[in-house]
Order: sequence, then structure tokens, then C-alpha cells
Amino acid sequence: MSAAPRFWRHIPQRYNLEGTHCPNCDEYYFPPRSICPNCRRAAQMEDYKFKGTGTVVTYTVIYNSTEDFKRQTPYTLAIIKLDEGPRLTGQVIVDPEEVKIGMRVKPVFRILGKEGDRGIIYYGTKFVPAEGSV
Amino acid sequence: MRSVSIIGAGCTRFGERWDDSLRDLVVETGIMSIEDANVGGEEIDALYVGNMSGGRFVEQEHIGALIADCAGLTRLHVPSTRVEAACASGGLALRQAVLAVASGYSDIVIAAGVEKMTDVSGGTAADALAAAADREWECFFGATFPALYAMIARLHMHQYGTSHEQLAEVAVKNHHNGNMNPISQYHMEISVDKVLKSPLVADPLRVLDCSPITDGAAAVVLAPTEIAKKYTDTPIEVLATAQASDTLALHDRRDITTLDASVYAAKRAFKQAKLSPEDIDLAEVHDAFTIGEIAAIEDIGFFKKGQGGKAAEEGITHIGAKLPINTSGGLKACGHPVGATGIKQAYEIVLQLRGEAGKRQVEGAKIGLTHNVGGCGGTALVHIMSRR
Repeated sequence: MSAAPRFWRHIPQRYNLEGTHCPNCDEYYFPPRSICPNCRRAAQMEDYKFKGTGTVVTYTVIYNSTEDFKRQTPYTLAIIKLDEGPRLTGQVIVDPEEVKIGMRVKPVFRILGKEGDRGIIYYGTKFVPAEGSV
Repeated sequence: MRSVSIIGAGCTRFGERWDDSLRDLVVETGIMSIEDANVGGEEIDALYVGNMSGGRFVEQEHIGALIADCAGLTRLHVPSTRVEAACASGGLALRQAVLAVASGYSDIVIAAGVEKMTDVSGGTAADALAAAADREWECFFGATFPALYAMIARLHMHQYGTSHEQLAEVAVKNHHNGNMNPISQYHMEISVDKVLKSPLVADPLRVLDCSPITDGAAAVVLAPTEIAKKYTDTPIEVLATAQASDTLALHDRRDITTLDASVYAAKRAFKQAKLSPEDIDLAEVHDAFTIGEIAAIEDIGFFKKGQGGKAAEEGITHIGAKLPINTSGGLKACGHPVGATGIKQAYEIVLQLRGEAGKRQVEGAKIGLTHNVGGCGGTALVHIMSRR
């Protein structure tokens, strides 16, 4: 797991799903990029807070994890396409039997992990099923 | 650019080598390759070694100098460089060595690969391997390596109707091939049923869909083709060396079921060699997971996208069939010491093209291909080799 400063500098993105938007080509980026890969220096990126709703593109249920996540197994991990376009990887809190490709999800604020019993607790975004799931 | 040939090759036995250190493995394979090539130490112009994570696995970095030291080349002060591209470190070392000879800068160059993975627990090894993925935006949320390939598999099944039985066929074939390879980690046949009943790692992938944790090392010796016959009667010419990269995170890919790095590396290699996929007699591809082989044979261009599972099921990729894939047993059965894998693939192709592959021999093999992937497609290398 990461050291504290490495986590703190990503708090805006991990707590609030903040990314960037290129006004030139109208593309959204998560995590934030300072230079648009389409327009490069021709555009000035602006900050953007994602709605957080999206769709499950693909998923897995993890039974065998790295040391840090052993206590959470089995857990569902998915690639989620946010409604604005970008994709990200995150956990979905759902019965493993119910998760499906195309399922609609929304973000929730949760503990992601902790460094032992007395170490730093990491918070961030997980996802839960939303209305309109197929 | 000069034409480059492999004049010698060596590979240690792969497996859980608890009695041997990283240094022992390097010395073992180094001596094998040098003896095979009939070169003397004073002839060696440079060394390149692929190693993914000596720091995490054995708390040793600076592997370049270490292997020159262990190989007894310290008095000669031969330049030695470690290269890293996760599981493609070996393939990348081979490419660096080929470029060094092709450019005319060096004549005799050794490309080696080594990984000593069993000195740490399985969980620590899994975490070290996960560093090949995007630590901040994948692993932080609980992604593991099998999990990323599992998500590729899930979508491949959804889009193309690929079945778990088809994935299992890859493992069954590679265990069958590995059973005939003296250096393999596993010498046991498995069945589709056994794969489907093995414990889940990351659904839909099960234990027998995954390559193991392995210790091992491999090395090849390169020379300009024009002087290769001085050293060996059976030089193997490197017709192409190609490399490509892609996004570190799987979720940022153009298409999650396609490794574009493999697509581009293969296209570049075929262009360089002035060949097409139909010209290849056999290939060693990166089957870190069973879905990896299916994606690879599609992405390289052997089969249309979505047809890889069917090809595995129909046995087209078996020894004796149209296009033998992973005659060594692949990463799945021969083992996957990550930094060594890309060189071991070249070693297998050298044996096959020389006609020295024993029970695994592909009759009449003239042109072989290797495909080595770093991470779940952040880097890919493709080499094409031919019997002179």
C-alpha cells in the first residue's frame, strides 16, 4: 500500500472523482491530465467533477488477493465507464451473483483499506448498483 | 543495419529452485549459453539482462553488474545493462542485444534473463507482480494481476462467446507440451475438467488458468550473421525485433479485449521480416493466463479477433497441427520466471529451428516467432527467427 503523501495528493480524485475536461475537443479525463492527448498544447484543460454514475464494462470476483486485501475476499472489481466517457477501475459492493456487464452503478464513499491495526486508513470511492440496471 | 544471428543458447531447469540463488541461476545459464556458442570471455562485448523485480524478490538491484561479476567477467570490465519491462524484461533484453549487434557497435553480445521468485511468500510475490499494473489507479482499489486478465476474459466471453472450456484447452495443451520438456516446472497432464474444478483465483480464471511462480534463468549469445558460422553450424537469424507500448491501466485501452501493443509489435515485426502470419511455422506466445494465449494468437494476426477460443478448441495450435503454439509448455506449464521468460521463448525457438527439440519437435520448422508481454499489455515484444 502507498505511503501517506502519495495518498494525500490524490484525495480530490479519490474522494470526489475530480478529473479534467478539454474544452477544445470536449473529452473528459479521469484521473486528471494536464495536457489533452488529442489537442496537446492547443487547449487549456479545466477541472471537472464527475457525476460518478456509470456502467460496468467488465468485472471479476477476486478470491485470491494481495496481502493488503486478504480480509476483503471475495470482492468484486470492475472496469466502470463513467457517463461522461472515461473508464476507471473500482470495487462494486454487490452480491457476486448479481453483478453483470451493463449494470448501472453509482459512487459511495468507503474505507478502501488500512495499514495494519494502527496505521493510516485510506478512504475513497467504491460503487453500488444504481437505478436503471439491466 | 547488420543481420544478427543467435549462435548459442542456454536455459536452466525452471521451477522452485530453493537450493539455488539468483546468482547460481545466472552462472548456470551463462555457462550453458557460452559453451553452446563456443565463445571465450574476452570476445564478449556486452551483456544485457532482463530482470523485473530483484529488489522485491531477493532485495537485490544492480543486476547488470551482478551478472557480469558472477559470470567471471569483472577483469574484462564488460559493459552490462539490466533492462526492465515487467514480464517482458527478457524480450526487451533480447531486443537491446540485437540492436547493439545490428548497429555495428558490438559483435558478440549476450542477452540473459533471470528471476528468483520463491524466496518470498505467495502474497508478497503477487504484490510485486501487481507493480506491473497501474499502482495508483488499479492496484490501490484491489486489482491483482489475475484480476486484470480475468476482466479481459470476462469481456472476451461476453463479446465473442468464448467459453471457459476453450480457455481450459490452452492449459491442457501447454501442460501436454511441458510434460515433454526437460526444463519444465510441471511434468503432469491435466484435463479440461480438472481446470474447471480448480479453485477460483479471479472469476472466471482458476488456478489452472494461471502461470506459476517460478525460479529460472536463460541466455542467448548473438553475433553478426556474417561471422556466425565461425561459431556454429546452425546459426538462427533474427529476422525482426519489434516493440510497442500502450496505456499502463487496462481501463484506458482502446479495446479491453485487444492488446494493441501486441498488434503493433507484430505488425512491425512482420513488416521488418517481409513476412506475414501465414509464414510462421511455430510460436511461443505470452500465456501468463489462458486468456493471454487466446488474445495473443488473435492480436498477432494468426486468427481473427474472437476466433482464438475456437482455434484452441479445434486443436489447430497443437504440435503436429497447423500452427503449434507454446511447444515449450508456455508460461503455464514450463513456468514463468518473469525476467527470464522472453529469453526462454527464444531458447525454445532456437532448439526447434535447429531440430533439437526432442519429443516436442515441430517437423520441418523453419521460421519461428516469440511474443512477450509486460503487464497486461503496457509493453509487447515480437521477434521472428529463421534457420539459415
